[in-house]
Amino acid sequence: MVKPRPKYLNLFQIRLPIPGIVSIMHRVSGGVLFLFIPFLLTLFEMSLESAQTFARFKTVMSHWMFKLIVIGLVWAYLHHLCAGIRHLALDLDYGTELASARASSNLVLVVSIVLTAVAGVLIW
Amino acid sequence: MVKREVVGAHYGLRDWLAQRITAVVMVVYTAVILSVVAGLPRMDYWQWKVLWQTPVVRYATVLVILCLLFHTWIGVRNIFMDYIKDPALRLALYVLTIGALVWYGVWSFRILWSA
Repeated sequence: MVKPRPKYLNLFQIRLPIPGIVSIMHRVSGGVLFLFIPFLLTLFEMSLESAQTFARFKTVMSHWMFKLIVIGLVWAYLHHLCAGIRHLALDLDYGTELASARASSNLVLVVSIVLTAVAGVLIW
Repeated sequence: MVKREVVGAHYGLRDWLAQRITAVVMVVYTAVILSVVAGLPRMDYWQWKVLWQTPVVRYATVLVILCLLFHTWIGVRNIFMDYIKDPALRLALYVLTIGALVWYGVWSFRILWSA
């Protein structure tokens, strides 16, 4: 019997395990960071161009909406970074057992959220 | 004469390694630049400007931007490879992505050198 290939899975019926959630968040956060590069470069340019634009940068960054966006991007960056470090560990054969793989996934989620909270307090 | 394989581009291992090396460079840079910014005596325009004018900061940032662009290219290309099944659309997205990344590179160098 020939099985139909390729097999497409319904994403909405799959319950991802924790490492899977961390993995897809790694991908999504990477994509989001890519899309926001122009936004970040605009802010960076504004902060450096002149004393006037630096003042404007501070005004822009005092708006709650920009604070929220930047905090969201900080979270994306930190999650991507922590999950990336986890990947490097896995590549070196650390934490490849099921229990430790789950534990490190939880650690990635917690550490990136805690660090984002710290950054969030500083930004706000 | 160079022997060329017909199937497969054989960039898998090279890109896999590049993704990891660029990642490590960026992690180190992130830690260093954050502690440098945190250690600034004041946070005003002149301090900020002097920081980014410092040659070691400027060239380290250039290196990191190059790493970032290459890392982003590999990552975004992999996303397109996985989800975009139409070859023409995928190729168009590759070209757009490369164009955007080159533009971001030029833009960020201009920011650094006008500081």
